[in-house]
Amino acid sequence: MRVLIRPKAGILDPQGQAVERALPALGFDGVSQVHVGRLVELEVADPAQLPAMCEKLLANPLIEDYEIVSVDQAAA
Amino acid sequence: MKFGVLRFPGTCDEVDAQLACERVAGAEILWHRDRDLKGVDAIVVPGGFSYGDYLRVGAIARFSPLMESVIDFARQGGPVLGICNGFQILCEAGLLPGALLPNRTLRFVCRQVDLTVERADTVFTNACQPGETLSIPAKHTTGCWYAPRELHERVEANGQVLLRYAPGQNFNGSLADVAGVVNEAGNVMGLMPHPEHAVDPLTGSVDGLKLFASIRDHLSARV
Repeated sequence: MRVLIRPKAGILDPQGQAVERALPALGFDGVSQVHVGRLVELEVADPAQLPAMCEKLLANPLIEDYEIVSVDQAAA
Repeated sequence: MKFGVLRFPGTCDEVDAQLACERVAGAEILWHRDRDLKGVDAIVVPGGFSYGDYLRVGAIARFSPLMESVIDFARQGGPVLGICNGFQILCEAGLLPGALLPNRTLRFVCRQVDLTVERADTVFTNACQPGETLSIPAKHTTGCWYAPRELHERVEANGQVLLRYAPGQNFNGSLADVAGVVNEAGNVMGLMPHPEHAVDPLTGSVDGLKLFASIRDHLSARV
C-alpha cells in the first residue's frame, strides 16, 4: 500500500514554492501549483486500519491531507 | 519543588534546561523509556531532534512510554512546559493547539528575538509584567505556528496566546506572530524560543529565567 501525504490546500508550503521557483530557473516553463509531500510505502495485513494509522501517526490531520492507494491500483 | 526534564534520543537541550531549572528549584533528567515521573512537580520537554525528527517533528516522541506518563500528568493539571522540539511534541500529542510548519524561509535560523508578554496571570508568566518584552534566543527550522482559522479564533478568544514575536521579529512566519501558547486548562505551555538559553548575564539576557520562576512561584503559592 502507499500513503500519499500532502500539505493541506491553502497552507503555506515553502518547499513547493521553492521548487516552483527553481524549475523555471532551469528552463522548465509552465510549472504551477507545486506541492511537496511524503510517500509512505507499507504492507499491512488489514488495510481497513490504514485510515486510523494515518490519523494517528502517518499524517497530522491539522496540516496534512492523506490519500491511501493500493499498489495494484497504482500499477493499473 | 522539583522539575523533571525529558530526554529522548536526539534531545540536545536537556542539560541547559536542567541548569535553568536548577537556578530556581531542583531538577532531574527523565529518560524516554521510563514511565516513572519520580515525583516531579513540573515537566520541561526540552528542545532537540527527538527520534531524529523522523516522519514529522515531534511525531514519534509522542508515543514514548515517558510521554504517556507526561500526558496523564498534564491531564491531571500538572504544569508542562515544551520548548522548541518540546512544543512540537506537545502539539503532536494533542496537548497544545495548532502545529509547527517549516519556517517561511525554509532556513534554519538562530537569533535573539524579542517577545511580547500577552498575559502575566498564568502558571508560566506570573513573574513577568503584561506587555513586557523578553529577549530570548530562538533556533529552529520548523517553528511557524499554524492553526486553522476556527481553532486560531478560539485560541485568541480564550487568551491562550501568552507570547508573541515583537513587531518585526516574526522570522518564521507564525500566524498572528504567535511565539508561545497555552492549553485551555492553562497548565501546558509551548514556545519556540529557548528560555533555558537566557538564564545567565554571560549570554546577554536572563529573561528566560522568568518562565521557570513563574512555574516555581505558581506551585509554591498553591501549597
